[in-house]
Amino acid sequence: MRNPDFKAELRAYLLGFGLALALTVVPFAVVVFGPGTQGLAIILITLCALAQLVVQLRYFLHLDLSEQKREDLHLVLFTVLLLGIMSIGTIWILGNLAIRM
Amino acid sequence: MTQPNAKLHPGLNLGHHHGEAHNQAETVVFGFWVFLMSDLILFGLTFASYITLANNMGMASGPTPADIIDLVNVFAQTVLLLVSSLTFGVASLTMRHKMPAKVTIAWLGLSLVLGLAFLGLAALDFLNMANQGAVPSRSGYLSGLWSLVGLHAVHVTAGCFWIMIMIAQIAVLGLHPIVKSRVLRLGLFWHFLDIVWIGIFSIVYLGGLL
Repeated sequence: MRNPDFKAELRAYLLGFGLALALTVVPFAVVVFGPGTQGLAIILITLCALAQLVVQLRYFLHLDLSEQKREDLHLVLFTVLLLGIMSIGTIWILGNLAIRM
Repeated sequence: MTQPNAKLHPGLNLGHHHGEAHNQAETVVFGFWVFLMSDLILFGLTFASYITLANNMGMASGPTPADIIDLVNVFAQTVLLLVSSLTFGVASLTMRHKMPAKVTIAWLGLSLVLGLAFLGLAALDFLNMANQGAVPSRSGYLSGLWSLVGLHAVHVTAGCFWIMIMIAQIAVLGLHPIVKSRVLRLGLFWHFLDIVWIGIFSIVYLGGLL
């Protein structure tokens, strides 16, 4: 670790950028050129967004499951759990009310 | 003792060759992750309220997504923010590899210019919407859209000010250990904002047009 390799790390950033750009262009193209059904488009956009989320966490935020303090991972996972309960609960309850109106 | 190659905290580590600055980063970076996660809750719940309003009832016979979304502008904003995230990553790397301070300043400056260009396009988008009468008070859908996109724009504005301050600090103080730690945290913030933007363009803009 005395002399980390600048070029290799720069390549990792460029790889992450290339992947993120591709995962951005695909969903925009799906909406603009509109091949397939609406359901298919929604699935594609969701998958591209989730994939890009992972790419950016991995290559830009360097958040992965490798050697690091467990507390950090616990913090992120617990936040996601809370957010999941609150946001899915909100969307579920209000969506249900909207259907009944 | 930790492993020589073990990371002390999530996010880009300065590395052990930075000595004290690296070892002291652990606590403050962890604290910054606590802030980022609370910010994530804020964004997540703003997304949730947007989603509950983005339906026919929420649109209240007002402008629909197809009326107000300028996809070319949104795509340009997306690319600007993504490139800015990359250039900030390069800035962090030049710092990690102890390149001259002016190299780091140049990459930070480029990230700042791209961030400001993003804000310019966002402002243009808001102006176009307002000119069509698509103001937040028009419908629940528009309130949700303006709050969510506006909240992100406010964060980017804060990030731009923070980049300006860091450029000034590097110019005046040099790459002092405390300054390096601050740039590290700003990098986390900047990449985090690009991740939030993935959700915005996927749900608000692309999802809205379907």
